[in-house]
Amino acid sequence: MYPAQFDYRRAGSVDEALGLLQEHEDAKLMAGGHSLIPMMKLRLAQPPVVIDIGRLDELKGISEAGGSVRVGSLTTHAEIAASDVLAAHCPVLAEAAGHIGDAQVRNRGTIGGNIAHADPGSDIPPVLVLLGASVHLQSPSGTRSGAAGDFFQDLLMTDVGEDEILTHVDAPALGAGTGAAYLKFEHPASGYAVVGAAASVTVHHGRCTAAGLVVGGVDATPTAVDVSSLIGTDLSDDAIAAAASGLSAEDPIGDIFASGDYRVHVGKVYGKRALAAARDRA
Amino acid sequence: MTVSIQLEVNGKPVQAEVEPRRLLVHFLREDLGLTGANIGCETSLCGACTVLVDGNAVKSCTMLAAQADGSAVTTIEGLAQNGELHPLQEGFWEKHGLQCGYCTPGMILSANYLLAQNPSPSDEEIREGLKGNICRCTGYHNIVEAVKYAAERMS
Repeated sequence: MYPAQFDYRRAGSVDEALGLLQEHEDAKLMAGGHSLIPMMKLRLAQPPVVIDIGRLDELKGISEAGGSVRVGSLTTHAEIAASDVLAAHCPVLAEAAGHIGDAQVRNRGTIGGNIAHADPGSDIPPVLVLLGASVHLQSPSGTRSGAAGDFFQDLLMTDVGEDEILTHVDAPALGAGTGAAYLKFEHPASGYAVVGAAASVTVHHGRCTAAGLVVGGVDATPTAVDVSSLIGTDLSDDAIAAAASGLSAEDPIGDIFASGDYRVHVGKVYGKRALAAARDRA
Repeated sequence: MTVSIQLEVNGKPVQAEVEPRRLLVHFLREDLGLTGANIGCETSLCGACTVLVDGNAVKSCTMLAAQADGSAVTTIEGLAQNGELHPLQEGFWEKHGLQCGYCTPGMILSANYLLAQNPSPSDEEIREGLKGNICRCTGYHNIVEAVKYAAERMS
């Protein structure tokens, strides 16, 4: 399968890439290409120009400062999964990245490409929404950032503007007493998440002081579940099951493998398990 | 338009003009005659097209030849040295790690990457490492044995 013909430009800097985006209408940015190339092979995407940003070192890398971790948009899933910085400060992000596809896919796919593509079966979006991460964008007119919860707008639709490049993601480091987990019910053929549940809980003196649960794969964008009923409890299995059962979606996505109702059901089960795993790590 | 690329394939310098849409697997197979990387599913799932790019296992059906510009690519043809099979090739032979053989080049290159990261993997780690490679003869048991054989030989 060949993509349709296109012109190829390789950017040597973010500024050059922004200039090329201005210059070429309907151009697409390509990082690792693991979302875009499959779309182009199926002719679901036929950009006239592809701007290869895969070599922009300024967009690569993982760092921690002042209680926040920063992941450059061109950082691969393999690098995120193996990161010592994330293992120490935000292991749930590394855990989710390690669940993506397989070793070959993780070697090429990037966090920026992943979230800019915004597949509902992707593992990263629910984790970023759970963490309250911010997504940073750059355009010729400057930089801006927005909450991950607002970034994912609809199926394959995000907040990235036509003239913008996603530069990095910032996420708060997990504090003392906080545990988090990402659990995935994986499609056996594609490796995408049918349902993926990201959960975190904070425990002080045996009582829950904060809790969060975000489920991917159920709706077009990550679905946050109100688990505030857990606050003040000792996070018993019963309390967790009751909180996770609050997952709902008005119009859940469904396909030949998993109906909408089934996804909601599995989301509750995985939400419960993710909360319990988070509790055990807190 | 065409893109001018220079890369190293199995240790030899290669220079070519390619269409931007030329996929790495087609470049290797059709332009260079290296037909070891097989085209299976064409959707980044089966792993038959796996090659090493700068030491990392990648699916060459989901990479543009233009993206490999400046890289060092290793295909199955580049593993044997001086007529001696690579320990992984020997392992697949000794342990009957293949039936039809279609997945084998990709399996061996993924296993090569795995062993570079983890020289003595457990059975479970081998299965996880080869998750991106599908064998439709379903000969996974012997494939795991073949990788273990190679791991021992290489240690």
